[in-house]
Amino acid sequence: MCVLIFVDQTEGHIKKSSYEVLTYGVKLAAQIGTTAEALLLGTVNDDLAALGKYGVSKVHQAANETLNHLDAQLYAKVIAEAVQSIGATVVVLSHNQTGKAIAARISARLKAGLVTGAIALPDTSNGFVVKRTVFSGKAFANVNIVTPIKVISLNPNSFHVAVGEGSATVESLNVTVDPSKIKVTAVNKVSGEVPLTEADIVVSGGRGLKGPENWGMIEDLAHELHAATACSRPVADSDWRPHHEHVGQTGVQIAPNLYIAIGISGAIQHLAGVNRSKVIVVINKDPEAPFFKAADYGIVGDAFEVVPQLTAEIKKMHNN
Amino acid sequence: MKILVCISKTPDTTSKIAFKNGNTQFDEAGVQWILNPYDEWYALVKALELKEKDPSIVLHLITVGTADCDPVIRKALALGGDEAIRVNTDSTDSYSIAVQIAAVAKEGGYDLILTGKETIDYNGASVPGFISELLDIPYVSLAIKFELNGSVATIDREIEGGEEVNEVALPVVVGCQKGMAEQRIPNMRGIMAARTKPLKVVAPIAVDALTSVVNFELPLAKAGVKLVAADNVAELVRLLHEEAKAI
Ligand SMILES: Cc1cc2nc3c(=O)[nH]c(=O)nc-3n(C[C@H](O)[C@H](O)[C@H](O)COP(=O)(O)OP(=O)(O)OC[C@H]3O[C@@H](n4cnc5c(N)ncnc54)[C@H](O)[C@@H]3O)c2cc1C
Repeated sequence: MCVLIFVDQTEGHIKKSSYEVLTYGVKLAAQIGTTAEALLLGTVNDDLAALGKYGVSKVHQAANETLNHLDAQLYAKVIAEAVQSIGATVVVLSHNQTGKAIAARISARLKAGLVTGAIALPDTSNGFVVKRTVFSGKAFANVNIVTPIKVISLNPNSFHVAVGEGSATVESLNVTVDPSKIKVTAVNKVSGEVPLTEADIVVSGGRGLKGPENWGMIEDLAHELHAATACSRPVADSDWRPHHEHVGQTGVQIAPNLYIAIGISGAIQHLAGVNRSKVIVVINKDPEAPFFKAADYGIVGDAFEVVPQLTAEIKKMHNN
Repeated sequence: MKILVCISKTPDTTSKIAFKNGNTQFDEAGVQWILNPYDEWYALVKALELKEKDPSIVLHLITVGTADCDPVIRKALALGGDEAIRVNTDSTDSYSIAVQIAAVAKEGGYDLILTGKETIDYNGASVPGFISELLDIPYVSLAIKFELNGSVATIDREIEGGEEVNEVALPVVVGCQKGMAEQRIPNMRGIMAARTKPLKVVAPIAVDALTSVVNFELPLAKAGVKLVAADNVAELVRLLHEEAKAI
């Protein structure tokens, strides 16, 4: 019996979301009285023994280079095999891009009940009940997993990483890895940008900014805050900004620590993608904009005046 | 070449979300049902584009649900597609839904199965993954671009901070999102044609759910917004730094 934590990597490094999952898995193991072990597919430059600092005793590594790229079919097969050979009863992973591709496959392969998008540790007082978001963040569901093996994927940014001391033993996992049916022919990263789904702070612009030529001040503010940039749907639909920046019910759903909405009215479909942000700041010239109802802080004012001042004030703070 | 597009109904995006029976059931009173936007805008329209290029493609739509799904599946047929299949069962969890779709897919021998990346009500993002595993074929999730050359698909998928281009031989399951296709509006001719297109109702196969919903909760209301004057931006920075500890 153990909790097996899937540690996701890209280009030789462990992803930020995986540290959140490590903390979640370690706490879950303590709660149900078992140990937490990690599983990494492929090869990385990071020191795997150092994952002990997050509370895992053992790291299993399937150091096969085929696994450096995601192939959901292969990943699920290898992870399911690991679950069985290690004797894990719970598998936890991030509900990130990789998690969305593999969680259901692992679940179907093991006939293990799955909860995706979890936001809290399970309630194990009566069953195994996991809280998740539903209706695009407008509600929560408590879902009971009724099978002996459980699979949980954790929403990014819903769990604080806890780091301590310790070192884990690293063991190589002997699994059969079939040739991948997926050929990766290109990886196009937007260089220099903070990935939206992993960002702590997001600066977002709407139609109130009038046109793509005015995004310089949004980017300046984002740069000063080391934030990712986002936008409302009409902004992406008009090609003012790339599609991957569109947040909302039909775009990307995010839960950063801080979401700054500039010139966005706060339509219900927009709020659905951002309402799990911890702190929401709204800058809008219309005091009646619905977004103010969902905000923690707000300025009623013209973005073209307020935003450059905001950037300057933050710069001042950083220089002090 | 045969394509299967999975269709789900979801509450309209402006629906008030409320629950009944001790918060154990979604309150459907007054709710307008729509096609799940990801299924409609991206999966279905992509399939239509492929069929327009190659009219020999056979395009089927599938949904799992009771007769109250029929208006939504007819609306999908109004956009296009040759016929629809409804597996007649009340859905329990997403695994059981996927088992029904996989059973139909296996029998139908589809080369390409398209779904939305998730539904906007349950947000599970799991049905396409389940189907692909049950059929033991490749799966590409969060697809933003799709091209077909003979029997090889070139698919761009979202990764953290960018895109990755995948090449995969059919059959494959693809979870679709923004970028795949441009939204379309059904026209009168499509709506008329949809009325006479076959809608096959098939019986479900037996399956045990792996999960069950205990109850639902609504988020706590926000305390209310703290407004800062537009000529006092420094105060906002102070609050974000000292009070909210967000910067
Ligand atoms: C099925 C469906 C799904 C949808 N999904 C999404 C989604 O996922 N994401 C999404 O964002 N939308 C979505 N929408 C669209 C949504 O309903 C709104 O139309 C959209 O969010 C509005 O974008 P906006 O706030 O940028 O623009 P607007 O509503 O035009 O608001 C612009 C705001 O800018 C303010 N403003 C103007 N000038 C200034 C200035 N100088 N300084 C400061 N403020 C200024 C105005 O007061 C106004 O509040 C969806 C709609 C439907 C029907």
